[in-house]
Amino acid sequence: MWRPKNGRGRAARERQKERKEIAIRELALRAIDGARSAGAAYADARWVETRRQELSVKQGRVDGLEEDSTAGLGVRVLVDGAWGFAASSDLSGESAERAARAAVEIARASARVHRVPVDLGPAAASRGRYRGQCEVDPFEVSIEDKLELLLQAEGALQREADIRVSTASTECTHWKKVFVSTEGADIEQEAWETGAGIECVAVRDAEMEKRSFPNSFGRQVAQGGWEVVRDMGLVESAPGLADEACALLRADQCPSGITTIILDASQVALQVHESCGHPTELDRVYGMEAAYAGTSFMTPDLLGRLRYGSDLVTIVADATVPGALGTFGWDDEGVPAQRVKLVDRGLFTGYLTSRETATQLAPGTASMGSMRADGWGRIPLIRMTNINLEPGTSSLDEMIGTTDDGIFLTTNRSWSIDDRRLNFQFGTELAYEVKGGKLGRMLRNANYAGITPEFWNSCDAIGDADEWRMWGLINCGKGQPGQTMRVGHGASPARFRNVQVGIR
Amino acid sequence: MSSETIVAPEDAARRVLENSDAAATEVLVSQEKGSLTRFANSEIHQNVTTEAVFLRVRVVEDSRVGVASTNQLDDDSLREAVARARGVARAQEAQADLPPMPGPAEVASTPLVASTAGSTPEARAEMVRVMCAEADAAGVRGFGAVSAATTDYVMANSTGLMVSTARCVATAKMVAMAADGASGYGARCSQAVDDLDARSIAAEATDRAVRYRDPMTLDAGAYPVVFEEEAIGELLEYLAYIGFGALAVEEGRTFTRPGERVSGPAINIWDDGLDPAGLPMSFDFEGVPRRRVDLVREGMAVGVVHDLATAARAGVESTGHGLPAPNAYGPMAMNLFLGGGSAATTEELCAGIERGIWVTRLWYVNVVDPTHSVLTGMTRDGTFLIENGRVTRPVKNMRFTQSIMDAFATCSDATRDTKLVSGTDYDFIAAYRVPAMRMDAFNFTSATR
Repeated sequence: MWRPKNGRGRAARERQKERKEIAIRELALRAIDGARSAGAAYADARWVETRRQELSVKQGRVDGLEEDSTAGLGVRVLVDGAWGFAASSDLSGESAERAARAAVEIARASARVHRVPVDLGPAAASRGRYRGQCEVDPFEVSIEDKLELLLQAEGALQREADIRVSTASTECTHWKKVFVSTEGADIEQEAWETGAGIECVAVRDAEMEKRSFPNSFGRQVAQGGWEVVRDMGLVESAPGLADEACALLRADQCPSGITTIILDASQVALQVHESCGHPTELDRVYGMEAAYAGTSFMTPDLLGRLRYGSDLVTIVADATVPGALGTFGWDDEGVPAQRVKLVDRGLFTGYLTSRETATQLAPGTASMGSMRADGWGRIPLIRMTNINLEPGTSSLDEMIGTTDDGIFLTTNRSWSIDDRRLNFQFGTELAYEVKGGKLGRMLRNANYAGITPEFWNSCDAIGDADEWRMWGLINCGKGQPGQTMRVGHGASPARFRNVQVGIR
Repeated sequence: MSSETIVAPEDAARRVLENSDAAATEVLVSQEKGSLTRFANSEIHQNVTTEAVFLRVRVVEDSRVGVASTNQLDDDSLREAVARARGVARAQEAQADLPPMPGPAEVASTPLVASTAGSTPEARAEMVRVMCAEADAAGVRGFGAVSAATTDYVMANSTGLMVSTARCVATAKMVAMAADGASGYGARCSQAVDDLDARSIAAEATDRAVRYRDPMTLDAGAYPVVFEEEAIGELLEYLAYIGFGALAVEEGRTFTRPGERVSGPAINIWDDGLDPAGLPMSFDFEGVPRRRVDLVREGMAVGVVHDLATAARAGVESTGHGLPAPNAYGPMAMNLFLGGGSAATTEELCAGIERGIWVTRLWYVNVVDPTHSVLTGMTRDGTFLIENGRVTRPVKNMRFTQSIMDAFATCSDATRDTKLVSGTDYDFIAAYRVPAMRMDAFNFTSATR
């Protein structure tokens, strides 16, 4: 039988919360003390607790409804200049000490095949708290209210017989972290992430077309509360989305050739992610991902020299933007959130770094703070924060209006890029021909391909701040064992010349 | 760390079932210990171990379903998980066609493999040392990972089901790379870490890297190809993702149309979660014993895999391919086999090719058009030109955009022996046993720089 449960009044819950916070910090401190006693020259301990709720509806009924909760502690150590890491979901003090000893044992094994001792550079001894913005706690919104919204939006997709599948989904996440280190870091952070999306699939004569809103990959997510979903316009967008999916079944194939393309902001966001975010990860540059995620063409000898894009192209890594998925107070090495230019008016100027790689690039250099881990059971890796294409001065209407012959592409459908981040090919759900400054016929199966610097150097227009928005990408994969990260990308529509389209 | 400290999964499942007040309750418990030693530039740079338990409870009340999970197995956490599941169930409408939970079943339990369960950081470091030494001796460097993981699974429900099994997977993968970026790949996957021959994996990777000097650029176009097993395994992984499942067929979003020809006569694909030549697991995540399912026989689509929901709608029995609840993907084939041919070696497949391409491995494969099995992706870590039946020189990596079932239709031979391929390390539990294959036409759409 269950043991009797504790009192659950508000005061009791508050007291329990306080006791838990103290206990967690003690647990983390016990872990780094244990690591130090076992011989670690440096140790950090990171406790992470995540609560997530996901709801989805499909064909007028609930398709999935679940609440997940996980918590655990990870201990990272340096012994003889080499790394070790151990983590457990067992949150007892004994387990924390055991994890610390295991991490030290692993680091000693690492040191047997290790030449250059890790140099972490300047100490990261921050102390503080970060709390992400949240207007309406999404866990306080009833499941019934959420389902009502989803069913209404999904129902509005069911307009024609060709719509074979229609879905609507929402999710909310609340994460909390405690980070302590032997350098004196002592940090608490928490944030809420909330999002939603709708999708429909139209099928006729063994052909299938799909439309998604606000973007693909299931949903748009941002740091914030239920207000993120409330203001999304799911229901209002559904009928037009379904009409587009059905119309695509009868649309012409995207022609093949070299032409001007105009990308909507969500596709620009993914283009930034794959062709600028990943290749500026400095661990990739140093071969740390060579066997899996690959390397990078953006090598240090090109820093300050490579003409990455046209003068219009400025790309920043900014972990300080309120409400974005890559926003935090400190990264998972305890380094403060920062804003750094990766590409400045076309010139390659910066990297995403860790403490270890920053000193490899230049001894004594501090990290710009982009180390993040996928939960308590994984080590931090260099991950994108919010990688943003700065707004230009144009607009989508102006770009279309000043294009004689081209294609406008919207909402990603497929994506692929080589292991050095040079050769890419993207497909979109929907495209339109552009003729004489106006949108023309709808096109299906549109895709485009290119080589990264040639592509960005062909950029001759970027939408202004009015068309710039923050996109949330929830499926960025990297590392062994695999980690999935949530990142932000600010972007507006952009135009590119002489691009290959219609690859078949 | 010692796994004795973690609660026995069966005990946690029993405590949930004994104390749940829901009309029907199902529990999935997994207990994993995964270790991975990663190396780059011929030294270990990341080295991790994680012990984790995970408990997912699904309740059904008045034909309404709720799911909740936790990784804390104390009584308060288990009680809260059940309460959350019941709470989300109560918030829904009843589902008229909800299949019942399966009853007691007899399944064969796969035992833990001692070498994998007992893998130590010292032993993994020694494997890495051997692999890096092979690369260093040839003037290149080693990059890769050695992993060993065991997971105990328990599925139980209030209708009397209580089944358990272990699953072990070990991998050793290496890219050998020269200073100029020339690279080659070698990899093995097994249930037993001591089956992995570090030296031969490194030798394969190193040989390819050393031969990859001064690559030429090939024009885009259709070429005869020889795909090694790692490349074929990756294609099969994506075919499983978009096709082979009953829900994908129901919804018309797959190339699979049972009863129709979908590829050539040389193609036989089946799923068998019980075959020890793969990474067996005797039951699925609904507790249903796995069955072998023939998917493509001599190029004809002959079957799809089912879970309880799709089976109920089709009026058949589940084939044991359910994923953990709630599952929007539908049933998934995760133990795929592709039948071999007559060639004794992969090199033999080059015979008769006047001008073609040898592909070691693929990268960033993605779906372009699921209803025609069109994928795109890049070659990687060992792409070579075949001339007059022999591998002659390296070529720059190429992008393909191709209907895979159409390409398979041009398969003119494959190796007799097959290889177990795992696309990821221990973090995804699918595996594919495949041969190397010769295809007479494969469409490459560009070359990288």
